[in-house]
Amino acid sequence: MDLNALVFSFFNLEIAWEYLPDILKGMVVTIELGLVVAITGLVFGMALAVLRALQVRPLNFFIICFADIMRALPPLVVIMMLFFAFPYIQISMSAFTATWLALSLVLAAFVEEICWAGIVSVPKGQSEAARSTGLSWLQSMLYVVLPQAVRLTVAPLTNRVIAITKSTALGSVVGLSEVLNNSQSAMSNSGNATPLMLGAIGCLLIFIPVVLLGRWTETRFRWKQ
Amino acid sequence: MDEIFKNFFNFPIYIEVAPYLLKGLLNTLLLSALVIPFGLAAGLLVGVLSITLKNRWARALLAIYIDVFRALPPLVLLIFIYYGTPFLGWELPKLLAVVIGFMLNNSSYYGEIFRAGLESVPNGQIEAARSTGLSATQTLIHIQIPQATRNVMPDLISNTIEVIKLTTLASAVAMPELLRVARDAQSLFYNPSPIVLAAIFYLLLLWPLVRLLSRFEHKKMGGGH
Repeated sequence: MDLNALVFSFFNLEIAWEYLPDILKGMVVTIELGLVVAITGLVFGMALAVLRALQVRPLNFFIICFADIMRALPPLVVIMMLFFAFPYIQISMSAFTATWLALSLVLAAFVEEICWAGIVSVPKGQSEAARSTGLSWLQSMLYVVLPQAVRLTVAPLTNRVIAITKSTALGSVVGLSEVLNNSQSAMSNSGNATPLMLGAIGCLLIFIPVVLLGRWTETRFRWKQ
Repeated sequence: MDEIFKNFFNFPIYIEVAPYLLKGLLNTLLLSALVIPFGLAAGLLVGVLSITLKNRWARALLAIYIDVFRALPPLVLLIFIYYGTPFLGWELPKLLAVVIGFMLNNSSYYGEIFRAGLESVPNGQIEAARSTGLSATQTLIHIQIPQATRNVMPDLISNTIEVIKLTTLASAVAMPELLRVARDAQSLFYNPSPIVLAAIFYLLLLWPLVRLLSRFEHKKMGGGH
C-alpha cells in the first residue's frame, strides 16, 4: 500500500472540505447532548441520593432498584428499549430524546450511588452534632453533610460524567445525527474514509479537554483513605 | 396494561426466541471472555510502562496514547477500525476488528487503574524485596503487581462490568451477540418482547456483579452503615 493511497483515502482535502459542515453540525449535537445529559443526570442523581438519606423504607427500595438496574443494563440496551420498544405502547420519542433520557437515567443511577457512598462516609456524629445545635434535617444535610461528602465524590463523579458523555456516540445507532453518524453517512456518500477521520478528530477535539479536566480533578480532589 | 404484556412480556414470543437469544448470550459471554483478558494484559503492560519508563519522550508518547484512547468513544473507535481498514486494503474479520478496538480502548482504562495500583504500593515493600535479593523484575511480578491488583480490585471489577456492557457495541458491526440477535428477532416478530428479554438476560448477568461492586465501594469509602 503506498502513501498516496493512504492520503487519498484518509486525508483527502477536497472531501474534507465538502463534508466539514456536516461534521461540525454533528459536533454541535454531540456537545449539546453531552451537556444536557450531564446536567440532568447529575441533578436527578443527587436528588435521589438526598431522598435516600431520608431513610424512608419503601422509597429506598425503589431508589436502590432503579440504581442497580440502570447500572447493570448496557446503555445501548436502554436506548434501544426507549427508541424501538416504547413506540409499541404508544410512547414515541425522537432519537435525541431517547438518547438523552437513556443516558441521563444511567448517569443518575451512578451519581446516586457515588453521592450516597459519599454521604454515608461522613461520620454519623457530624449530622447528630449539627442537629443538636438546632439545625433542621435539611440544613444539616446542606451545610454539614453534603459539603464534606462532595470532596470525596468529585473525582469519581467527573470520571462517570466523562464516560457517559462519550456514550452520546451511541445515539448514532438510533439515527441521531451526532458526529459519528454524520461522518459515517458522509463516508458512504463519498466512498472515502476522510469523513470518518474528521469525525474521529472531532471527537478528540471535544473529549481530550474533558479527559484532561478529569485528570486535573483527580489530583485536585484525591480520595483520602 | 394488556398492551404492555402483549408487547413487552409476550411469553409465547419469549419461548420462541429464547433459543436464539441464549445463543446470542453465549456469544456475548465468549466475546467478553476474549476481550477482558486481552484488555487486562494490555492494561497491565501500559500500567507497568507508565511507572518504569524514564525517558521523557517515551513517557510523553505513552501519555498521549492513554489520553487519546480515553477520549475516543469506543463506538467511534470500533467503526473507524471496521469501516476504515478496508480503505487500506485490509478486510478485517468482524471479530478481529472488535477485539482490536476493545484492546486499544481497554488498555488505556485498565492501564490507568493498574498505574494507580502500582503507585499505591509503598516504596518500603520494593526496597525490602530488593534487599532480600529479588531482581527488579521479580519484585515487580511477586511483590508490586499482586499488591497493586488487590488495592485497585473495586476499580478493576467496575471496569470489567463496563467492558461486558460495551460488548453491545459489537451489534453496530452486525456481530450476532445478545443485543443484535434481540433486535433481529424484534423485526422478525414485529414485537419488542425480544429486546425486553435481552434486557432481562443482561440484568441477570450483571446485577450480581453490580451488587458485589457496591459492597466493595462502600468499604473503600469507609462507610460504617
